[in-house]
Amino acid sequence: MDLNPLFEPRTMAVFGVSSGNYRHPANEIFTKNLLRYPVKVYGINPHGGTLNGETIRRSISEIPEAIDLAVIAVRADFVPDVLSECIRAKVRSATIISGGFAETGRQDLQDRIIAIAREASFPFVGPNCLGIYVPSHVDTFFLPSERMVKPAIGNVSFVSQSGGILVDHLIKFAGEGVGLAKAVSIGNKALLGEPELLDYLAHDPATRVIVFYIEGFGRNEGRKFVLKAGQCGKPVIVLKSGKSPGGSRAVSSHTASLAGDYASFSAALSQYGIVEAANELELVSFCESLSIYQKPIEGRVGIVTVSGGHGAMASDACAARGIAVPALTDSVREGLRKVLSPSVREIASLANPIDLTGSGIDDDFVATAETLFAMEEIDCLLALLLPYIPGITADLGAKLSNVAARHSKPLIAYVPHVEKYAMLIEGFELNGAPVSPSIEGAVLMVEALRRNRP
Amino acid sequence: MIESSPEILRIIEEARSDGWVLEPDAKRLFSLAGFSVPRFVFARTTGEALGFAREIGFPVVAKIVSPRILHKSDVGGVVVGIGNDGRLVEVFERFQGLDGFLGVLVEEMLPGGIELILGAKIDLQFGPMILLGMGGTGVEIYQDVTLRMAPLTEKEVPAMIEGLKARRLLEGYRGAEPVNQGKLMETILAFSTLVMELEGRIASIDINPLLCSAGRCMVADARIILGG
Repeated sequence: MDLNPLFEPRTMAVFGVSSGNYRHPANEIFTKNLLRYPVKVYGINPHGGTLNGETIRRSISEIPEAIDLAVIAVRADFVPDVLSECIRAKVRSATIISGGFAETGRQDLQDRIIAIAREASFPFVGPNCLGIYVPSHVDTFFLPSERMVKPAIGNVSFVSQSGGILVDHLIKFAGEGVGLAKAVSIGNKALLGEPELLDYLAHDPATRVIVFYIEGFGRNEGRKFVLKAGQCGKPVIVLKSGKSPGGSRAVSSHTASLAGDYASFSAALSQYGIVEAANELELVSFCESLSIYQKPIEGRVGIVTVSGGHGAMASDACAARGIAVPALTDSVREGLRKVLSPSVREIASLANPIDLTGSGIDDDFVATAETLFAMEEIDCLLALLLPYIPGITADLGAKLSNVAARHSKPLIAYVPHVEKYAMLIEGFELNGAPVSPSIEGAVLMVEALRRNRP
Repeated sequence: MIESSPEILRIIEEARSDGWVLEPDAKRLFSLAGFSVPRFVFARTTGEALGFAREIGFPVVAKIVSPRILHKSDVGGVVVGIGNDGRLVEVFERFQGLDGFLGVLVEEMLPGGIELILGAKIDLQFGPMILLGMGGTGVEIYQDVTLRMAPLTEKEVPAMIEGLKARRLLEGYRGAEPVNQGKLMETILAFSTLVMELEGRIASIDINPLLCSAGRCMVADARIILGG
C-alpha cells in the first residue's frame, strides 16, 4: 500500500461538510486546508450548498480532478458506502475521522470497512481519530487552526493511538523547541497500525526520530512492531499507557504472573533498542535529544557548572540511572587549572562535576569543555548554566556548541527557561545543542542517547 | 526437536483434558528434549515407591501427583529428605488423602545448587517470551527476573544473566563454587528452541527450580500449562 497520498496530498475531498451546521468538524477541516495549506480541497455533501464561498459537491463524481486524500467525517453507518465510492472514483487514500466503530461495540462495522479497503489495497487511517498533520502541507485535525499550538517544522514524527495525547504533545514540543515532521492520530487503527506507519516513517527522509504513544497491541502486533523498529535505523521512542494489570485474570504459573502484559511490553522494547519513555517529561527530553544526536553513547558524562548544588543534583540523577561521571586524573586537573582565569583558578573545584564557581566566565567554560571533550573517558558533556552569574554572556551557548561540534561529542545544557534567558538558550539551540529547563531533563537527554540502539 | 520425538507431542495431547502437564510427564518431556532431569519414578503404589527408593538409595524426595494440584508446596505436597521405608510409606499415605491423588513422584535428592526459574509465556502482543530469574518458592516475592522475546540468540543470554540482581550468587559468592555458565547458557538456549516449537500448544511453562551447580543445570520441577 502506498501511504504517500495520506501525507503528501495535492488534492483532498472532505466528506460531511455542512452548509447548515457551521461547527461540524468537517467544516473546520475543509476551511483550514482551503485557507492555510497548499492543497486543493473540495467539500462533499449530498445536499450541496456553499461553504466559505465554495460550492459543496453532491458526490465525488462532480469533482473535476483525481483526489489523493479523502477525509471522511460522516456518520459511522454511512462510512462503508463513502469508502466504496472513493475506491470506485480512484481516490488514493483516506482518513476516517468518524467515531462509532469498535470503540462503541460496532466491531462489525469496523470489519466491513477493513474488508472493503483490503480488497482494493486502499490505505486509510482511523476510524475514530484526528488523522494527519504535516506542517505546511496538510491538516485533517478538526481543531480550529487558531487554537492549535504548532511546533516548528523539524524531524520528529509522532504516531498516537490517542488524538488528545498527540495534540497535547505538540504543545509541549512547541514549548521545548522540538520540531515536528509528521503527526498521525491512528484511532482504532483498523487497517494501518504502528507497524505499517513505522515502515513508512522509517523511509521518510523528513523523519529522523519516530515517536509512538501506544495503549496496546493486537495479537502478535507488538512482536511485528519491535522487530521492525529494531531494524529501522532511526531512534524509536515509545510512551505506553495501560501499565497496571487489568482485571483479576487467574494466573496459573509464576512466569505468567511475573511476565505480565506490561513487563513483557517493556522487556521486548528494550531488547530491540527502542527507548521507552516513562512519562511526558522523559518523552519530550528524549525527543529533543535524539532529534539532534543519533549516535549512541555509553553514558560517561562530564559535568560543568558554576554551582556545587547543581553539580551534585546532576551527579545524583546520573547515578540513579547508571550513567557514569568519571573522575579526572591529577594531570588533567593540573592542565585545566593552568588555563582557567586567575580569579577562578584558586577556588574552582576540579573534580567531576567541575564547579567553576560564581566567578566563572565564558572562557573558563570553553577551556573546561575543551579539556573534558578531549578525554577518552568522557563521551558527553552536561553544562549546567545559571545565566544570572555575572561572568556569563549570552554568547556562551554558541561558544560551547562550537567546541562540541569540533570534538563530535554531544553537548547538553540546562538553562532555566524564562523569557529573560532566551538569548542564551538560542545560542545553544541554533547551534544544534539541546537545552533542558530542568537538571533532571538534561540528564534524561543523556539517558536517551545511551538507551538508543538503532 | 519435536520432529525427532513424536512422544513429546503425545505427552502434550494426552494432557489436553487437564489443561496442564503433570510433573512426571513434564519431566519426561524435558528429558526427551535433551534436558537433565533427576532420576524419578511415578509410583502408584507404596510398593513401587519403595522399590525405586531402595534401588537409587535413600534419601529421596516425594511429590504429590494430582491434576487438581498445580502448586504442590501450598498443600504440603512436597517432602524432601525422606530417609527410610517407614517415612516414605507415611508420606505416601498422607498424599493419598489429597485432592485428586493419582500417585507419588519419587525422585533422587539433588545435591545443593542455586535455584533458578526458567520460564516461558506466550504473550498475546509479543508471542513467546523467556523469563530467567532467581527461583524457588519465593520467586514472586523477590521478583528478580529478566525477560526477553524468544527466540533468544547466543548474544542475548549472557545479558539476561547479567540483568539479575543476584547474578553475583551465580558467579561464586563468598567462596561458593560458581554455577556452570556454559551449562546454564546451553539450557537457556535449548529451552528457547523448545518453546518456539511448542508455541502454538502452550500458554506458559515454569521450570522452577532449575537447579544449577558447578557441574550441571537440572530441571528439578516443571509445570507446563497448555493453551493455543
